[in-house]
Parts: sequence; C-alpha cells; structure tokens
Amino acid sequence: MNTLIEVNNLSRQFGEYCAVNDVSFSLQKGEVLGFLGPNGAGKSTTMKMICGNLTPTIGEIKINGYDIIEQPKLAKAELGFLPEVPPLYPELTVDEYLSYCAKLHGLRKIAVKQAIEQGKLKCGLADMGHRLINNLSKGYQQRIGIAQAILHNPSVIILDEPTVGLDPLQILEIRQLIRELGKQHSVILSTHILSEVQQSCSRVQIIHHGKLVLNEDIAGLSRRMTSTSLLLRLRETPDLNQLRDINGVDAIDELGDQHYRIHHAQQLSLAEAIAELVVKQHWGLLELMPEKHDMEHIFLSITNDSSTHE
Amino acid sequence: MNSFIIAGRELRNLFLSPLAWTILGVTQLILAYMFLTQIDYYLTIQAKLVGIPNAPGVTDLVVAPLFGNAAVILLLITPLLTMRFISDERRNKTISLLFSAPISISEIVLGKFLAIFAFLLIILLSIALMPLSLLTVGDLDLGKFFACLLALALLMAAFNALGLYMSAIATQPTVAAVSSFGALLFLWIIDWAGSNSGNSSALLDYISIMRHFENLLRGLVNTTDVAYFVLFTAGFLILSIRRLDNDRLQS
Repeated sequence: MNTLIEVNNLSRQFGEYCAVNDVSFSLQKGEVLGFLGPNGAGKSTTMKMICGNLTPTIGEIKINGYDIIEQPKLAKAELGFLPEVPPLYPELTVDEYLSYCAKLHGLRKIAVKQAIEQGKLKCGLADMGHRLINNLSKGYQQRIGIAQAILHNPSVIILDEPTVGLDPLQILEIRQLIRELGKQHSVILSTHILSEVQQSCSRVQIIHHGKLVLNEDIAGLSRRMTSTSLLLRLRETPDLNQLRDINGVDAIDELGDQHYRIHHAQQLSLAEAIAELVVKQHWGLLELMPEKHDMEHIFLSITNDSSTHE
Repeated sequence: MNSFIIAGRELRNLFLSPLAWTILGVTQLILAYMFLTQIDYYLTIQAKLVGIPNAPGVTDLVVAPLFGNAAVILLLITPLLTMRFISDERRNKTISLLFSAPISISEIVLGKFLAIFAFLLIILLSIALMPLSLLTVGDLDLGKFFACLLALALLMAAFNALGLYMSAIATQPTVAAVSSFGALLFLWIIDWAGSNSGNSSALLDYISIMRHFENLLRGLVNTTDVAYFVLFTAGFLILSIRRLDNDRLQS
C-alpha cells in the first residue's frame, strides 16, 4: 500500500497547556480523512504540524516517506495546505496570486500557466482571473484558497474547514471536488459540519482534548449508527417488568408521561415483540419508533464520554 | 531562486501601494532642494577657493554632503518601508503560505531583504542622477563619487536588515517602525558619549554607524568599514531567520 501520511506519537505543548496529546494515524493514497472535533480540540494544531507550520514537541510526521523536520523541502513539495484563514494577498489579482503560489512550489513557466488554468477550472474561478482578490466575496476567496492548495498537484491535500463561508451550492461543488481529489490524492479535511464528513470522507477521526478518541472508516461508522434503542409511548401505565422480560431488552429508561426508551442489543429488532405485548395488555400503543443514531449522536456521546473520563 | 520569486512579488506589491511612490517622490524632492542649496553655497565660495592650494572640490562640497543628507532621510524612511514586511505577513496569516511551501526560512528572509534592497537601490539611482548632472557643466572626482555610492548602498543594506529584524520581532508594523528608528538613531549617535571631553571609547566608536559611513563618504574605502556594514547586515539577517524559525517552535 501507498502510505502518504504517517503520524507517530505526535504531541504539542503550548507552555503548560497540551494541545495535542500522543496522536498517531496514517493515511493511504486515495483516502479522504475527515477530522472532527469541538472547538479547541487540537484539529488546527495537528494540521499545522503536518504542514510544517508548527514544530511538534514530540513525535514524527512523514509525508510520502519524507520527514517534515529532517527533509522539509521534499516533504512540503508533496503538500497542499489551506489554513483556517486563506493566505491571500488582497492587492493581487487571482492570476497573479496563483502564479506566485505555483512558482513558490517550484513550478516553471509553462507548467505555471497550465496549473493556473486547471486550478481555476476545478474551483470554479474560470472568469475571475483578472479580478482583484480584495474585491471578491468570502466564498470566492475561499475557492482561491483551495485552488492554491491543489495547484501544484500535491499528493497530500490538507484543508482546514474548506467550506466555511460558502453558499449551499458552492458547498456541494466543493464536496464534489473533494471527492474527486480523493481519487488521486490523500485528503485531510477538518470540519465541524458532520454531514460533510458523511458525504465526502472515507474515514473519520474525532479528536477531543488533544486526544484521538475515534478512528474509523465510514463502514464502521455506519455500524455504529445502527439503532440500539426504541422509543415507546403508551396511553396507560405498563408493567415494566413484563417489558423487561422480552428477550434482548437490556434496560428501560422512563422519560415521563408514559414515554419510554428501550435499549436492546445491536442488530436485533424488538419492535414486533413489543407491539404484540402492548396490544395484548391493552396499554394503548401511541408510538413505537426505532431510534436512529446519526453522526451528531456519536459525536456527542464520544466527546461527552471522554470529557467525563478526565 | 526562491528568494527572487518572493522578492519579485514583494517589490510588485510595494509599487501597488502608494507608499513606494510617496517615498520616491518625497525623498527626491527634499534631496533635490538640498542639492540646489549646496550648489548655491558652492557657487558663492567658489571664487575664494581658487586661491587656496589643495582646496576641496565640488565632489567634497556638493556630492558628499548630499549623500550625508540622504543617509539621514533614509534613517527616517527605511523603518517605514521595512515595518510591514514580516509583521504584516504574520498578522494576515499569509505567512503559512510560505511556511507550507517548499522554501527555507533563510530564503524567505533573503527574499524580503532583496525586495527592499531593490527598492532602495532605485532611490540610490535617482539620488546619483543629481551629481551626475554636474558632469554636463564640469568635472567630478569619480573615485570619490563611487565611494559615496558604495557608502550609501552599504548603509541601505544595514538599515534594511535591522528594520527587517524589528519587523520579525514586532507584532504590529508601527511598533516595528518605531523600534527600528530608535535602534538606528541610537547606533548613529552612540559615539557621542565622551566625544566632547576627548576620552571617547574605541568600542563605541567602532559600533557607531556614522563613523564608518563618514570614512567612506570622504573617499576612504577601508576594509574595516566595509566589513562593519557587511557584518551588521549579515548579523541582523541571521537574527531575523532565527526569529522567524522560532515562530514554528512556539506561536
């Protein structure tokens, strides 16, 4: 396999404060990694370290086999980075800016022109070449930031919140673009929009308090998303012991007003059995619904769990 | 090579803002006025000079003072020019573009230095045109003239490097400007201590920028003085590189 990013035991301390704590992961070619976490969890710090903008306190980072500290030039040539704030020079036109970026990455004359044309096309900037960056909207500036990151055809693309400030249509386009990029490159994507991860990533990592608390591919994540509980609402007060006696029921939470949450083992559907019992006992079935776990739930449960552990 | 890419962009940016044009215009205007008054003065005393053997010529009385005055003006404007070069880049977060590109920190600093130096050389060129215009009516001591050019070029490099360093350590451009102006002025007058009573310290004399600059203006091209400027420039460039490198260690 072609491992493009390898991060081993990465830690970063700011004085006493530990922003990133012993994070390790690796990324293969063709993977799109979603980097999730609440504010201040250490997402941006980790990304900055991978891109050589910050030196790690401990740990090593390898980009396509090159160590970012030992061989920074070779490693950075493989990198495209869009920081939180796109690094734009507002006095330049889009073409001037992109050609500067291309040259910084070592492209030469003819290659520069081609790269700019391609980059503009991919990011929907085709007609914007002669506009001043200063006069463009936030969404367009974000696109220029993305264009800058993919210009030199790097094998690793790192995007820190790429869809911030874009309108829904542009967000769809950018997601499409990210999926396309994911075919030939490795992409790391940080975001706080959970649906974005579900749509464009092949793997998800959640970082919380500087620690990696989840590292799973999308298939594993959807397994986690399968339901393990039912919501039940009745007119009469039931005998809970009879409900507990149903095979597979783990626990029942009382939510008040004859509202119950019934927890059960994974990959088991108890709806039928419960319905039968309720009807037989004339408890008056009003509602019976398997609870769907979405990303938000997983995210919240994981981040809450790990904060209570500490 | 990478330094030239950065320098090219910086120089372009400089001319996109009114600052560069204002500086060029103002320095030229003030120096032209000084040059004219100096010529005027020379014309009034020219008759008296004829009688004196080994009298100072037009190069000593017009060209050298012009370059001396130019140095004082540079003392005022270089800090304004250098102030935003690194601190702005850090404030606008564009520095991460440079940090994540395959370029070394030395190349970044050198690129910025070259951009400002190129601009200062344009100023130097436009100053040099004034004495050169005298060639149409008389003779110049070209040796002394080139010594003056060298003196000012070296002085520009030194001011530039110090200003860049201040821009690297300051968080705000204005802070960088004030501190580099302060530091330059202090180094300019540091030999004043004890110079009136006649027991000045050799060390302070050596540190003073003015001592070395004046030697060169007189036409004495001395390795000590040239080395002083080269060391000064290189020293502050290395400090800037270290400072910028530090950004990645602890920001």
